[in-house]
Amino acid sequence: MAYSEKVIDHYNNPRNVGTLNKDSKFVGTGLVGAPECGDVMRLQIEVGEDNVITDAKFKTFGCGSAIASSSLATEWLKGKTIDEALAIDNMDIVEELALPPVKIHCSVLAEDAIKSAINDYRVKNGLEAIALEKSHH
Amino acid sequence: MKQPIYLDNNATTPLDPRVLEAMLPYFTEKFGNAASRNHAFGWVAEEGVDYAREEVAKLIGCTEKEIIFTSGATEADNLAIKGVFEMYKEKGNHIITAVTEHKAVLDTCKHLEKNGARVTYLGVKEDGLIDLAELEAAMTPETILVSIMYGNNEIGVIQPVKEIAAIAHKHGALFMTDATQAVGKIPVDVNADGIDLMAFSAHKMYGPKGVGALYVRRKNPRVKVTAQMDGGGHERGMRSGTLNVPGIVGLGKACELCRLEMESEAIRLSALRDKLESTLSQMEESYVNGNTQHRLPHVANISFKYVEGEGLMMAMSDLAVSSGSACTSASLEPSYVLKSLGLSDDLAHSSIRYGLGRFTTEEEIDQAIEVTQKAVNHLRELSPLWEMFKEGIDLSKIEWAEH
Repeated sequence: MAYSEKVIDHYNNPRNVGTLNKDSKFVGTGLVGAPECGDVMRLQIEVGEDNVITDAKFKTFGCGSAIASSSLATEWLKGKTIDEALAIDNMDIVEELALPPVKIHCSVLAEDAIKSAINDYRVKNGLEAIALEKSHH
Repeated sequence: MKQPIYLDNNATTPLDPRVLEAMLPYFTEKFGNAASRNHAFGWVAEEGVDYAREEVAKLIGCTEKEIIFTSGATEADNLAIKGVFEMYKEKGNHIITAVTEHKAVLDTCKHLEKNGARVTYLGVKEDGLIDLAELEAAMTPETILVSIMYGNNEIGVIQPVKEIAAIAHKHGALFMTDATQAVGKIPVDVNADGIDLMAFSAHKMYGPKGVGALYVRRKNPRVKVTAQMDGGGHERGMRSGTLNVPGIVGLGKACELCRLEMESEAIRLSALRDKLESTLSQMEESYVNGNTQHRLPHVANISFKYVEGEGLMMAMSDLAVSSGSACTSASLEPSYVLKSLGLSDDLAHSSIRYGLGRFTTEEEIDQAIEVTQKAVNHLRELSPLWEMFKEGIDLSKIEWAEH
């Protein structure tokens, strides 16, 4: 299968690979997927003043599209407010990376990872978790 | 774009130029129908077919009359299994095979189940070999056929065919083997091994695609199969259809070359394979799949834990290899062969099959080692699972959000 140039670029030069201190109350961690399904994404955000995301890191076990989706997500998250981050839709990722239909689930997983990281941050800071609107199988 | 290094010789092999040279005249000046008895065009074509039949027979230690040319191993598997089932149905309806067989055997058996066959699918031990005691226990008076492959296409393990044949014969059943990966790579002798029917193909041994053969024993016992293709009664009535003369000549030439070069080639390839395998298996958390004593000389199948197979293939785009997972389809299907060895889904997904061949050089193996190491290391740096493993977290204790 042919990958788009953007997927290959993110795959070869992934942005923001790494780990933030998951115990910090400024850090939210989302771990989604399962090894036996072939994708696991861990996405972390660090939130500063005024709910602005100051840093984002990821590590992904998965195919090129999964790696590219999470790499792109970290790029987009930096500098956004939490509310802006919540508005990121998986179809934005599909469009940006030109993912084929069989790889749409990678973008869904990235969106789930973002929401899950935000929820982790919210719960740590005494806020309610936001219900995830999408459920995927 | 630079051509990747070809290490997928279990999928298909390149045509040896010497084979092509032998085939070419049969496309042009020697174009006759081998069944034409009345003129020189037919005789010349028939000479080509006779040469091929002799070479095929020499390679596997049988007589010329025991070779039925087909379009490939899949057709030969179908002809053998369906043909035996129909011919011997008075005697019984039970067939024994194994879960690690090629789809050409498994799906043929599934088809026959709809037509009244009872099929036993033997499991394999974690080294990929069947358990002979289990085979013995599965034999019944109704068992007419035992079909177990010679060498496995994914992991290269060689089944104990001689012992399997003896068990089948003791209980009055025929023994058939799909030897597509073995013929031309290791010595295969149908009499020494006790084989009654054997399927194989030209394109796995540097011959052309679209041609193969079925060996059908003529003595002790005389085996008969019901034709699956009706027509002019070619191939002693077992496979009608005008002979693919250029292809058959190619198969013959491929067999001749394998017979002459197999011994030294097996030594060369197993040395290269061992170099590849021993270097890569020194990497942390990498595992060699399948029995390493009883196996083909040119195959290595290695799992690299905590990296995902498709991502790995992408990082290894300089190599043409196969992955143990078919995740380009909508659903993720890890290899059923690796799963039958007891590998978990994630380890099956993370496996790579290297298939070496006649044109593989040591330089290419050195490059393959380097590319693989780089790719695995790159992906592990990206892998949250690798990080957790390194921190000593037990991944099986984590509640994963299934998706």
